[in-house]
Amino acid sequence: MLSIKNLHARVAGKDILKGLDLEVQAGETHAIMGPNGSGKSTLAHILAGREGYEITHGSVTYLGMELLTMAPEERAREGMFLAFQYPVEIPGVNNVYLLKAAYNAIRKHRGEEQLDAVDFLALVKAKMQLMEMDASLLSRAVNEGFSGGEKKRNEILQMLVLEPKLALLDETDSGLDIDALKVVASGINRLRSPERAVVMVTHYQRLLDYIEPDFVHVLAGGRILKSGDKSLAVELERRGYDWVLAEAAA
Amino acid sequence: MTGMSDAVRPYAEGYKDFESALACGAPPWLTALRREALARFTSGGFPGEREEDWKYTSTRSLQQRAFIPALAASSAAAVAIEPARLRETPACTLVFVDGRHAPALSTAESTINGLHVNTLAAALTHDAARLESYLVPEPGWSADPFIALNTAFLRDGVVIEVDAGIRLAQPLQLLFVSTRQAHPLACHPRILVRLGAGAHGVLVETYLGLEGAANLTNSHTQIALEDGACLEHLRLQRESPEGFHVGRVHVTQQHASRYLSNNLDLGGLWVRNDLHARLQAAEATAVFNGLYVVNAHRHVDNHTRIDHLAPHTRSDELYRGIVGGGRAVFNGKVVVAKHAIKTDASQSNDNLLLSRQAEIDTKPELEIYADDVKCSHGATIGQLDEQALFYLRSRGLDPETARGLLIGAFAVTVLDRISVPELRVFARRQLSHALASQVVIELS
Repeated sequence: MLSIKNLHARVAGKDILKGLDLEVQAGETHAIMGPNGSGKSTLAHILAGREGYEITHGSVTYLGMELLTMAPEERAREGMFLAFQYPVEIPGVNNVYLLKAAYNAIRKHRGEEQLDAVDFLALVKAKMQLMEMDASLLSRAVNEGFSGGEKKRNEILQMLVLEPKLALLDETDSGLDIDALKVVASGINRLRSPERAVVMVTHYQRLLDYIEPDFVHVLAGGRILKSGDKSLAVELERRGYDWVLAEAAA
Repeated sequence: MTGMSDAVRPYAEGYKDFESALACGAPPWLTALRREALARFTSGGFPGEREEDWKYTSTRSLQQRAFIPALAASSAAAVAIEPARLRETPACTLVFVDGRHAPALSTAESTINGLHVNTLAAALTHDAARLESYLVPEPGWSADPFIALNTAFLRDGVVIEVDAGIRLAQPLQLLFVSTRQAHPLACHPRILVRLGAGAHGVLVETYLGLEGAANLTNSHTQIALEDGACLEHLRLQRESPEGFHVGRVHVTQQHASRYLSNNLDLGGLWVRNDLHARLQAAEATAVFNGLYVVNAHRHVDNHTRIDHLAPHTRSDELYRGIVGGGRAVFNGKVVVAKHAIKTDASQSNDNLLLSRQAEIDTKPELEIYADDVKCSHGATIGQLDEQALFYLRSRGLDPETARGLLIGAFAVTVLDRISVPELRVFARRQLSHALASQVVIELS
């Protein structure tokens, strides 16, 4: 589904990714872990199409397409979804309006019929219940005045509504208390299926207690230094990252 | 008439035609008033850029056009003005075409108890003496060449009076239509509004330029609010892309009166508005909401002024601009007089600058002569939030839709301050029409 080969990227003249390789197949869940400043969020942003990064080397294919030449909205319409670490507040833009515009933009791209307002609202309300969100958040402006937890739930709500093929979760667990974390994790687990893939970028192992990954990767210094199964996450939690760095340097 | 500048000469000559075209003799005071105003205008001429109030707005393009007075009645197709009508049931709608009342397009006279609506032409014919005190220049207002010009060509407009204690739920709509003319016209509507003690009213003043209309509309609205009166005013300017518009609104407020102004500039080639409220007695409140959408080579200038002349008066002003080209000017002055203690005034002007070719000049001015007041002001000029744009695009929205959504959201903040729901709906519809029909957005 996603194939990243020898990716090098820089921002403001500074090399961030230095030869990153990653293969993700449909049905898989990957966790990318690593110390702060290792390039985890940069990777998520580059995959979603954020401007400001210079790709100096390497390639990324997604569903057989050259991902790096696609506009952010094309990536979204082809089924990619980034849950932001810091969801943006957009005063004046109604939450449900954005959801509906996004939903219909994606359906239109697939040549599917647009859902009318009543059916759409029913769909959204059902997903909101799963996320244990208050229905009043629908009529509010996008993320405006939402608590940290509400913002993260809102991201996962969008994901559940848009049903992406590839979900990228950027530090989705940060700033969540344990109850919110369980709700968010169950939302993500609900999306997992043989046709979809999930890539979680996270600093802590905590999220992985609730979402069991098939693969765990250590990203440090702009490269994947070590890959393994979920037991690697447990080891990282116990031993920290230093030993991986030392092993890679050796 | 020696020493008269070339720019004012067409108006002096036009006045002769205008006076002789007035069918029946006007009362002597009215003729004297007009002539005196014309003399004031011709001797002073158009304001120049050396005047502080005209620093960023040149009247040169206005001077180059020799507008002639509208002598004969024009006509407009009912269907052409339909989009500017309040769809909901207004108490009454008075339509003017090129400055003259068009009864066929207007609704029948209002039969609402306590509401008196007349055309100025009718009032001058039947009840002129009563109007004299309203029409002579009021002390306390700045001498203004455009008001002098409006007074010189005083002929038609509207007189609205609401009796004390009458609360009108439905809005009144005044619709001024400008049409295409072989030789562009100058129209000078005058609107007089008086609300008695405790009266409530809603007024929608709309200026609509039809395709190809390149006229000058020079309107003057005078509003007087007695004790406890409350007026919500929506002034919607949708002149054609070739139209010239000068709007003067003067508001006098008595004790505990409340004036809520919603000023929308969505059209016009060259626009200059001056909105001025005088809070003359305690507990009076003025709220100014403004929105201007400027693109291409258009020029839109909004000057506002609020005089706090009594203690415990309040004002709250928010003007926002969406500028994709041309030039927008905002000048907001708040003056707190020496004895106007406990004044509470806040003002802000925010602008979205969407093109490198566009220019915004914003100048908030506070003049405070009293102690113990609470005043704040601020002005911002910014671009669309790149993070918000990326967020929307990452959800599948194309860049045009995402930009439109953010621009609309910026504007709607102002419209959400409109208190009468049907006016809010009307304003939103007018705004989306303007944003859709104008190329406001330019990729940088």
